[in-house]
Amino acid sequence: MSAPAFLKILHIVKDFDGHRAVDDVSIDIAKGEVFALLGSSGCGKTTLLRMLAGFETPTSGSITLDGRDLAGLPPYERPMNMMFQSYALFPHLSATDNIAFGLKRDGLPRAEIAARVEAMLKLVQLSAYAKRKPHQLSGGQQQRVALARSLAKKPQLLLLDEPLGALDRKLREETQIELANIIHEVGVTCVMVTHDQEEAMTMASRIAVMSAGRFLQVGAPAEIYETPSSRFVADFIGNVNLIDGTVVEDEADHVVVDCGDCQHWIGHGITGTLGMKVTVALRPEKIRLSREPPPHDKDAPEASFNRVHGRIKDLAYFGSFTVYHLQLDGGRILKVSQSNTERQTGGALTWDDKAWAGWAPLSPVLLTQ
Amino acid sequence: MKRVTGFGWLRGRSAVIGIPYAWLLVFFLLPFLVVAKISVSEMETTTISDIVTWKDGAIAFSLKFGNYVLLLKDDLYFTTYVSSLKYAAVTTVLCLGIGYPFAYFMARARRTLQPALLMLVMLPFWTSFLLRVYAWKALLTEHGLAADAIERLGLDKVLAAAGLISGPGQLMNTPFSLVLGMTYTYLPFMILPLYSNLAKMDLHLLEAASDLGATAWTAFWTVTVPLSRAGIIAGAMLVFIPCVGEYVIPELLGGPQTQMIGRTLWDEFFSNNDWPMACTVAVAMILLVIVPVAIFSRYQAEATERRNA
Repeated sequence: MSAPAFLKILHIVKDFDGHRAVDDVSIDIAKGEVFALLGSSGCGKTTLLRMLAGFETPTSGSITLDGRDLAGLPPYERPMNMMFQSYALFPHLSATDNIAFGLKRDGLPRAEIAARVEAMLKLVQLSAYAKRKPHQLSGGQQQRVALARSLAKKPQLLLLDEPLGALDRKLREETQIELANIIHEVGVTCVMVTHDQEEAMTMASRIAVMSAGRFLQVGAPAEIYETPSSRFVADFIGNVNLIDGTVVEDEADHVVVDCGDCQHWIGHGITGTLGMKVTVALRPEKIRLSREPPPHDKDAPEASFNRVHGRIKDLAYFGSFTVYHLQLDGGRILKVSQSNTERQTGGALTWDDKAWAGWAPLSPVLLTQ
Repeated sequence: MKRVTGFGWLRGRSAVIGIPYAWLLVFFLLPFLVVAKISVSEMETTTISDIVTWKDGAIAFSLKFGNYVLLLKDDLYFTTYVSSLKYAAVTTVLCLGIGYPFAYFMARARRTLQPALLMLVMLPFWTSFLLRVYAWKALLTEHGLAADAIERLGLDKVLAAAGLISGPGQLMNTPFSLVLGMTYTYLPFMILPLYSNLAKMDLHLLEAASDLGATAWTAFWTVTVPLSRAGIIAGAMLVFIPCVGEYVIPELLGGPQTQMIGRTLWDEFFSNNDWPMACTVAVAMILLVIVPVAIFSRYQAEATERRNA
């Protein structure tokens, strides 16, 4: 990132009773960025967020915000606010008083508090529910009150802990976009924690994939999806076919990987050595499925690669797309997803049909770890 | 067949609800009505007159409200009620002051330590209540262990100056010994509901308060205390209500200054042998206590409604 670091996390380590929860993490986050920490539970992402908020003290390392070292600052003196996973709304206070809580602690004049609360309620479209207590609000409304409360103090940094985790699927999809819009509108720098890759991809400008307390890969959503750097990241984000093989040809413009029952011609990738063990990652949606062998240019050097024949062993119809499990002649299962762009009126591939799968030379990603 | 369906209400839900109601009816409401009846009856040496009589072919009521009039007129009763309420209130406040921090730290103690702490709170119940109150008598009497300690600290002069004891070195049979005994006895009844309330609290709320700029102290007053209101009310009721009618502790530890209803009641029954007057005092006391209970139940009902909403 060329932008100057607004939030600077440097060599942060956190130990809990001999267990290392966060293991030497460093990252620079620019002003206005929405940064997502993505990982499964227990990967250290929440611990890292709690260290930013000041609820946990790092074992070593430093955190600086806008040039100011946060070490030793208690949570109530940090210029950042957090939206809790369970929202942690005060059950005895109305939506208005929940939002006003932080402003009152700052000793702002009454009129200013009232004006700010009103603006916040308007921002999250809850003006009609100002007087309601949290238990009188739906899950989605509670989430918006929690957001309004964490934005009311105009924090320099907004921390979101699984912001949509407590909502059901339908509501989550709607809220996701709404939340992203509000954050964008306010323009606040934001660090969010999530285990949901869709949530991270739709909301964040950059994602850090975490595992066992470390960052495995940091990058824009598309970067992480299209060019994962390791098996773990490729497998964690989205669906993928991971095929182990050996490099049999290593040229300047391509490599050929022999995976036994399929031969990959990959038009980009690593510079390695012949005989090197690698993994080919191939996304299901980048494979085309057809009854006929894929047409190809006889003169192209990759003509005889990137194509396999098999039998449909399983299929799952999702409406907008269908996922096929193609069993190759050698026994391997290849996941293929085809979007249903045309209305299906029979004639589609079904169980036990023979089919060909093919993909472009640029589709697979070569992984060495 | 009809008979069976006629008793249908006895089955299931009705029975479950009905049994405790029947219990209350037989063992609470009926005795109360008996007491109320005696309070408006005449008493001739050892017999109590009927309030409804059949005389010359007509029903005659003879209700005597003189006792109630006396209750309002005679200063003695009024001051006893006031002093009962006063001592009960002081005891409640003291129990809350001592019990709240205790319950708070118990609820925030390590999970593994909590059962042991809870056990310690309940431990006094293993010894007879009467014995424990008697023990205070020995402790507070002249040259008693507690009395000596208080004297050595010079606290007795402070207490005497405040009029809580009759003079330096004289701790027994004073407002001080009475309130001490009641606070000691009823403290667990304050701690237990407070503990169960505070232990349930979502600690993320305190983190949220801290995140929003509240110091630990502010968070305590703006979040913890308001959220433990139900526990405070429950504890206060459990201490205040029995304290108002307390008889044993004022009898053993109280003095002539600390007349309370329980003792007045005893005196009317067994010294004056004036059962109607004694019953009048009892009825008035029940009415006095029912008011806070009614407020408490209403609050509880509201709280339940809120939870279910």
